[in-house]
Amino acid sequence: MTQDHHEEEVLGKAYDSRLMRRLLHYLAPYRGIVALASATMILHSLLQVVGPFLTKIAVDRYLVVTHRQPTFLDSFLSADPAIGLAQITGLYLLALLALFALEYGQTYTMQMVGQRAMYDLRMEIFGHLHRLPIQFYDRNPVGRLVTRVTTDVDVINEMFTSGVVAIFGDFFSLLFIVIVMLQLNATLALVTFAVLPLIFVATMLFRRRVRDCYRRIRTAVARINAHLQEHLTGMSVVQLFNREEKSFAEFKKINAAHQKAFLDSVFAHSLFYPAVEVLSSAAIALILWYGGHQVLGEMLTIGVLVAFIQYAQRFFRPIQDLSEKYNILQSAMASSERIFKLLDTPAGREPSQELAGASAPREATRGIEFQDVWFAYHDQDWVLQDVQLSIEPGETIAIVGHTGAGKTTLISLLLRFYDVQKGRILVDGVDVRDWNVRALRRRLGVVLQDPFLFSGTIESNIRLDEEAVTREAMEEAVEELNIEDFIRALPEGYRQEVYERGATLSVGQKQLISFARALAHNPQILILDEATSSVDTETEFRVREALNRMISGRTAIIIAHRLSTIQRADRIVVFHKGRIREIGSHQQLLAQRGIYWKLYQLQYKQQEVSVTGDD
Amino acid sequence: MMKSLIQRVQPLFPFLWPYRGRYGVGLLALVGEVAFWVAVPQIIGRGIDDLQKGVTADKLTLYVGLLIGAVLCKAFFLFWTRMILIGISRDAEFDLRNELYLHLSRLSLRYFQRHRTGDLMSRATNDLNAVRMLLGPGIMYSARTLILMTAAIAILIQISAKLTFYCFVLVPVVAVIVSYFGRQVHHRFEMIQAMMSTLSAKVQESVAGMRVIRAYAKEEMDLRRFQELNAEYVERNRKLIGVWGMFYPALEVLMGLTYVIVLWLGGREVISGQISIGSFVAFNVYMGQLAWPMIALGWVVNLYQRGTASLARLNEIFATEPEIADPPTPVIVGPRKLAVAIPGDGHRSIEQAAAGIEIEFRNLNFAYNGLPILRSIQLTIPAGNTLAIVGPTGSGKSTLASLIPRLFDSPPGTLYLDGVDVRHYRLQDLRRMIGFVPQETFLFSDTIRGNIAFGVDQATEEEIRRAAEIAELLPDIEDFPLGLGTIVGERGITLSGGQKQRAAIARAILRSPQILILDDALSSVDTYTEEKILTRLRNILRGRTAILISHRVSTIRDADLIVVLHEGAIVERGTHEELLEQGSYYPELYQKQLLEEELERA
Ligand SMILES: Nc1ncnc2c1ncn2[C@@H]1O[C@H](COP(=O)(O)OP(=O)(O)O)[C@@H](O)[C@H]1O
Ligand SMILES: Nc1ncnc2c1ncn2[C@@H]1O[C@H](COP(=O)(O)OP(=O)(O)O)[C@@H](O)[C@H]1O
Ligand SMILES: [Mg+2]
Ligand SMILES: [Mg+2]
Repeated sequence: MTQDHHEEEVLGKAYDSRLMRRLLHYLAPYRGIVALASATMILHSLLQVVGPFLTKIAVDRYLVVTHRQPTFLDSFLSADPAIGLAQITGLYLLALLALFALEYGQTYTMQMVGQRAMYDLRMEIFGHLHRLPIQFYDRNPVGRLVTRVTTDVDVINEMFTSGVVAIFGDFFSLLFIVIVMLQLNATLALVTFAVLPLIFVATMLFRRRVRDCYRRIRTAVARINAHLQEHLTGMSVVQLFNREEKSFAEFKKINAAHQKAFLDSVFAHSLFYPAVEVLSSAAIALILWYGGHQVLGEMLTIGVLVAFIQYAQRFFRPIQDLSEKYNILQSAMASSERIFKLLDTPAGREPSQELAGASAPREATRGIEFQDVWFAYHDQDWVLQDVQLSIEPGETIAIVGHTGAGKTTLISLLLRFYDVQKGRILVDGVDVRDWNVRALRRRLGVVLQDPFLFSGTIESNIRLDEEAVTREAMEEAVEELNIEDFIRALPEGYRQEVYERGATLSVGQKQLISFARALAHNPQILILDEATSSVDTETEFRVREALNRMISGRTAIIIAHRLSTIQRADRIVVFHKGRIREIGSHQQLLAQRGIYWKLYQLQYKQQEVSVTGDD
Repeated sequence: MMKSLIQRVQPLFPFLWPYRGRYGVGLLALVGEVAFWVAVPQIIGRGIDDLQKGVTADKLTLYVGLLIGAVLCKAFFLFWTRMILIGISRDAEFDLRNELYLHLSRLSLRYFQRHRTGDLMSRATNDLNAVRMLLGPGIMYSARTLILMTAAIAILIQISAKLTFYCFVLVPVVAVIVSYFGRQVHHRFEMIQAMMSTLSAKVQESVAGMRVIRAYAKEEMDLRRFQELNAEYVERNRKLIGVWGMFYPALEVLMGLTYVIVLWLGGREVISGQISIGSFVAFNVYMGQLAWPMIALGWVVNLYQRGTASLARLNEIFATEPEIADPPTPVIVGPRKLAVAIPGDGHRSIEQAAAGIEIEFRNLNFAYNGLPILRSIQLTIPAGNTLAIVGPTGSGKSTLASLIPRLFDSPPGTLYLDGVDVRHYRLQDLRRMIGFVPQETFLFSDTIRGNIAFGVDQATEEEIRRAAEIAELLPDIEDFPLGLGTIVGERGITLSGGQKQRAAIARAILRSPQILILDDALSSVDTYTEEKILTRLRNILRGRTAILISHRVSTIRDADLIVVLHEGAIVERGTHEELLEQGSYYPELYQKQLLEEELERA
């Protein structure tokens, strides 16, 4: 199966200041807290330096007494080794408690800030999804969009809460350690830092290696998700057509690519860790060697040497750690790039406020008018050509035509799911592009060709949680559609659970429920796109009678194939290959002996023959 | 505690078993790494002791050389430890994901109807990942910490038993803290994972139903819904963070405490001359080395809790037995039957007459979860005949059809194909006989070509075009700039309703099935196109058994047998003519669709 359109090759940079700035923007509302947390963190890093320093003093002053420069602490410390040691221990304990408080405070606030910022981000993405043009959904698989709102956001959160913040903290730790080391013994410090260039090189090599791995991993993950999403929803088709093995083989292939990419990254990590370890030990060896010589020459105390060894241990840990954080950072950059790409997809054009206000629903209706409408989904492949149609208020219009003639497209344009390329569509004399879309859509009650039910209950599907739709309105609609018996027979009636997409209902029932939804919303203009195509004729007839009652005074557009459904319409519009070919009443069209007449003949000729035969 | 710990991870054992050898090697490498790890502080300690006594520069160089040697050996083992132990987790993940997919592909339609896709997705991705982390880093770090601690204790005791005792007095405290936090966070993790699933499912549904939400201008309401879930997600995270945020700092403080103990008690021993300054430093270095594994232990606890919470969620899937599966001793479907559909060389022709199969319903009753749908269905469709089913919406027509390929299971002994209970066929063989056009079309986001050829192992361009032609899809395809190569979008979203249905018909007939089932498959097709399709289908159906469900008399009038289904029971049966004479529902249906008065006036 071709996967091309699932591909999401985002070439991840580990750090992209443009993206980062935009991400940090989400922290802006919490900048006070962030500042506080950062201050806490700096304090925390500072306190971490205290431990080895205290150890050094203890060693030099009490354990191995040597001559050295007294530090500011010495004036406070007792001369008695036992008491002095206890004093130092006490200080150490205090530092530990402070460390605990600072770290907990910092972690909690930072993580909560991360959560809140991600809450905002999720709201923004989801809100944006509601503004994107329908066209966008023709091209983007559902699974991909779900990933944007959920997984991608969580990846960024991880960066905020552990990655970036820790890097920030590490940076200060390193800084303080460097300062203290230089302070203690500048030459020894410089000797220790001699390994840094090597570490730098190792890190560069590592980065280059894993970057490609991560790109491959992300691509594989996107494919795995897309494949899963699609095959889980269509599993019964897979089973019906004996495709289990083939689809599994496809899945296995993507899965293997994912595994391979990961194993490559495991290799890189496995090399990097020991490399840093060796280099950091080399630094300790240098300290021992060079420092040892200095101690022998009585230029250095053993305490300083010990402190240096401790500092060196702490110094390289964060660097080794960077390889993990690098991973987090890079994933976050890739995720944010995808999210921002989505957020940057322009939303549907909304008219300016004044115009929208001007076109608020008015009582005096002026009908619907299609003027020279041309429309194509892609460049010049015209699906509708030169459509001219005006529908009077209160009129019932039926649309017939072969499948693919463009009937549904016409409705989509009226609902402003898409914008016309040429010409215009007027509702109440106002161009649909100048309407406030929601106000426009509220005027129209539409039953789409593919009935879609949400998981919830039957009631929630009809009322769509709209207070304006009363229980009575719902029950009335249900009655009109002749499905109250069916609903009453359900164990829980209106509260009966509906599963995703209404999976456990028959297709006809789904259509009728969507129909009831439209009726219950009591629209001024009713649009039915093959709304009863899967419903039996008897029910359909009853629905039609109800409709005749309900749509009196209302404008209605009805698309149907069974001519029995439509022949009572005021006018019938015959579509053919995107053009209107005939318009007129049933009688007029039959008299014209055109396409409609042919359709009619086809549907009834045979029956007529046999009936006359029977008679 | 130990018991529940094992119980939780037990389901993983089958996946880990094949890797036992590699785990062994990995652990050996780990031991090697730790052995050299232990040597390093020793060398440093000795060096410092000698420094105090005053040594020659040569001896110092020896220490440095030893140090470097030990570190290189350690690095070697560290490399292999990671390669092996982390590598295993990736391999196990691969197995687990494949296994999960395979298992899901065996589950029945009922399962997928009742589980939200977003939820299943979340399990197959997020939860799987959490389990993988448990298998790789989780196992590696906990093993390392354990081995390190043992080794460290062994060495430290030699330096100073007393000091060691004081240091490790804290270990039980750590254990208590770890298990306390573990219990606290496990439940919270479960809550978060579950909420993540709900959130995914919500987004999934909103995006899939976007057109309806737009059409009813319900964006704001939907956004509010999402907001509630989103806020709940944050709230559940907050509960976790409140507890979890304390964990690392607590561990760090405990580690710090050991330093304090070493400093105080160790310092006193140095002063009193009981231990050397070198031992003191070595002690400090060991504690420094242990700090990280201890912190890692905290991380492992996190991984373990997440991993087991997720594992439980995966197990819910694995524990679901496929409702519909192959029988223990399936009947052998002779090559005769399949040979008709696919002659020896694998070449098949759609038009070639196929040997149909007799379908028999013997007093079949069927219920969905206790809700009776079909009642006493007694019906035989002789091989090669066409049965048409009509009836009100919800009368059970689709249900009846879906029993034949066993999308749902009929009770034993009620449904026979060629005299054999459907339950006795291997699912593969059974479904291979059938070309099914479901009432709701599902297409894959593939090309039209790929979709039509979906049900066969291979097909030539010729055959695909021929199938499209029979389904009357070819003219539409020729209008598309990319022809058969046009990608249809998810679920076929960029096709019109009728185009989707016809693609599904083409997909079914390309299989050259012995039984063809069309469930209301022409509902979105106009009469003109329908007529063309039906004419061609009549050719195709020669020899095959067919079931047509439709509401249009024009579709079904030529069937060998028409049955009227009403509330799950067959109320009328016969040919078109017979039913017109004897029936009540059917003639009425016919009249309604006929509307003769209009015709007379025309
Ligand atoms: N979202 C879309 N993207 C691209 N092409 C589309 C899309 N929807 C429909 N089409 C194409 O436009 C034509 C008209 O479709 P439609 O209006 O659905 O026909 P119908 O008259 O059967 O309702 C068809 O050829 C169809 O393939
Ligand atoms: N998976 C299911 N679980 C529970 N009830 C179902 C399921 N599928 C269908 N039903 C119910 O069974 C009845 C018959 O459905 P169906 O066979 O689809 O009717 P139709 O004759 O319209 O094809 C309906 O009332 C429907 O709500
Ligand atoms: Mg349509
Ligand atoms: Mg049905």
